[in-house]
Amino acid sequence: MIFNIPFIAVAALILIGLYAVIFKRNLIKMVIGITLIESGVNLFLITLGYREGSIAPIYTSSPGGIMALPVPQALTLTSIVIGVAVLALMLSLVIHIYRHYGTLDVRKIGGPEE
Amino acid sequence: MNVADLIALLLQHSPALIVAVPLLGAFITPLISRLNDKVRNVFVILTLGLTASLVFLLASDVFTGNIHTYIFGSQDLALPVVRILFEVDAMSAFMAIISVILSLVAVIYSWSFMKENTGLDKYYTLILLMTAGMLGMELTGDLFNFFVFLEITSISSAALVAFWTNKAKSVEAGFKYIVISTIGALFILFSIALFYGQYNALNMAMIASAIQYTFLDKIALVLLIAALAMKAGVVPMHMWLPDAYGKAPSSVTLILVGATQASLYGVFRVCFTIYGGAINLTPISVGWILVILGIITMLLGVAMAIIQTDFKRLIAFGAVAEIGYILLGIGTGLVVMLNPEMTATGLAAMKGGIFHIMNDALDVGLLFLVAGAIYYATKETSLNKLGGLARNMKYTTVFFIIGLLAISGMPPMNGFASKLLIYESTYQLNPILSIIAILSSIMLLAVFVKVFHAAFLGPALPKFENVKEVPKSMLIAMGTIATIIIIFGLFPELIINNIVEPAANALVNYGDYIREVIPSFAGGV
Repeated sequence: MIFNIPFIAVAALILIGLYAVIFKRNLIKMVIGITLIESGVNLFLITLGYREGSIAPIYTSSPGGIMALPVPQALTLTSIVIGVAVLALMLSLVIHIYRHYGTLDVRKIGGPEE
Repeated sequence: MNVADLIALLLQHSPALIVAVPLLGAFITPLISRLNDKVRNVFVILTLGLTASLVFLLASDVFTGNIHTYIFGSQDLALPVVRILFEVDAMSAFMAIISVILSLVAVIYSWSFMKENTGLDKYYTLILLMTAGMLGMELTGDLFNFFVFLEITSISSAALVAFWTNKAKSVEAGFKYIVISTIGALFILFSIALFYGQYNALNMAMIASAIQYTFLDKIALVLLIAALAMKAGVVPMHMWLPDAYGKAPSSVTLILVGATQASLYGVFRVCFTIYGGAINLTPISVGWILVILGIITMLLGVAMAIIQTDFKRLIAFGAVAEIGYILLGIGTGLVVMLNPEMTATGLAAMKGGIFHIMNDALDVGLLFLVAGAIYYATKETSLNKLGGLARNMKYTTVFFIIGLLAISGMPPMNGFASKLLIYESTYQLNPILSIIAILSSIMLLAVFVKVFHAAFLGPALPKFENVKEVPKSMLIAMGTIATIIIIFGLFPELIINNIVEPAANALVNYGDYIREVIPSFAGGV
């Protein structure tokens, strides 16, 4: 692979995601940051299973040659499904927070006990 | 087929059934809920009762020294990664017992406690899912499977923390919890990918037998310990825990204690089993890190507990402090693990730490249930507004005294037995450690005596004139835990010899766990 570009992309995605979660003040942007980290980890898994010039691992119609490793792809699929569930739950909680406070700015949410 | 054959068959398939029964029960619950509310409650209690009896059946066999494996997928062990393996040793069984007891008690408590809420079909579904997730985390022998069950647990527990969506603070706590859990889980997935890239294996035993302790393994170790410790609420990553514990319904908090400890189990499994072979290189540093984290957790937990005025938030900081004792005990075990002169000390520290996992769950759980009972009776959680409740709620007062004595390690209760083991063994390692541990216990006692005075003693307040004792199901739930606490406190040797010692040995003799899957593995004590 040219200059290990996928691995650089993995590092970039995870770091941008962490930056968004830690420094952004808007809840929706924090959620976006988490999905970015998740994409980075998924890309890392897929890249581990890829070999240059390999084909899809379908044994019955294989023209020969090396195949990509199927296990990381199965792991990624599972991880994507879990990610969708987490994303849906987080967004529904964000909706509830917006209903209570009328804002998504973390500095205005919370405050003293009710 | 006679009964003995049936039991043998159940025993053989119990690792799968323990996860499958609550998982299937979870999705049948909404259907049964359409019939009748009482039928649903009975169904959920029966489902968890069946799970509990399966756990006890499996545990009774595992504690005699057998390790159970259960293979989903290809039976041919020579083929790599075409199976998921459940592997149950004494430590897994010990944790499964704690989780299942907590869930069962929480469901009994919910019968009255949650009666006035709507959406209870979803509530019970989530509780069963969370139980299935915790049990899966504890029984699985596969790292990716561990990640999946961890996510099941965190999604359902975050939804349960935010169950009272009409309260802004609960929703906020739920959001905080899901953000923390997801980031932690993604780091765990990243380190699983690091292992898979190097060793072409997802099975814990296979990774443990092949581990080389390369630079990438060190990164994976840091990520795994940090993520799991964050989920376990270890200081300085505890900021979500008081919110989540304090704002969730009390019955949910009880199960959350179990979920936190399932993450702690993950830390110990990673340190002792996966890095067991490599631990020869750096047992001291990893062990000392756990000890120092434990000390900080303890001190900060009690220090923060002193200044709280909210009943449940105060107990939550007490729970943070208790986690410190567990880390201190097991960390001490790890530090002296390879020192032949201190084997007895190490084993005593491990026994103390592991016994304290169970005691922490029971003591903190009982206090949370009492806090929930007071909230149920008075709709009040602020200590400044409570007072004189001992006049109206005599059983609840007795249960609170039992919980208070147990959490601060007073002699007739179970907390004393495990804390004494921890004090004695850490004194051998370094006297300062045990002094700090004893000091934290005394401060915990001071904190909870203050709570006792504020909530139960004092003049009768006119607004609480009509407060009545809580309904029977809540008294039964609290009474069950209180009874277990007293029995453990009176006969600690019975528990330590039969349950705790096999669990401690299972962690120390990590070679047996690996040899169950890779018979040719030669390492291990």
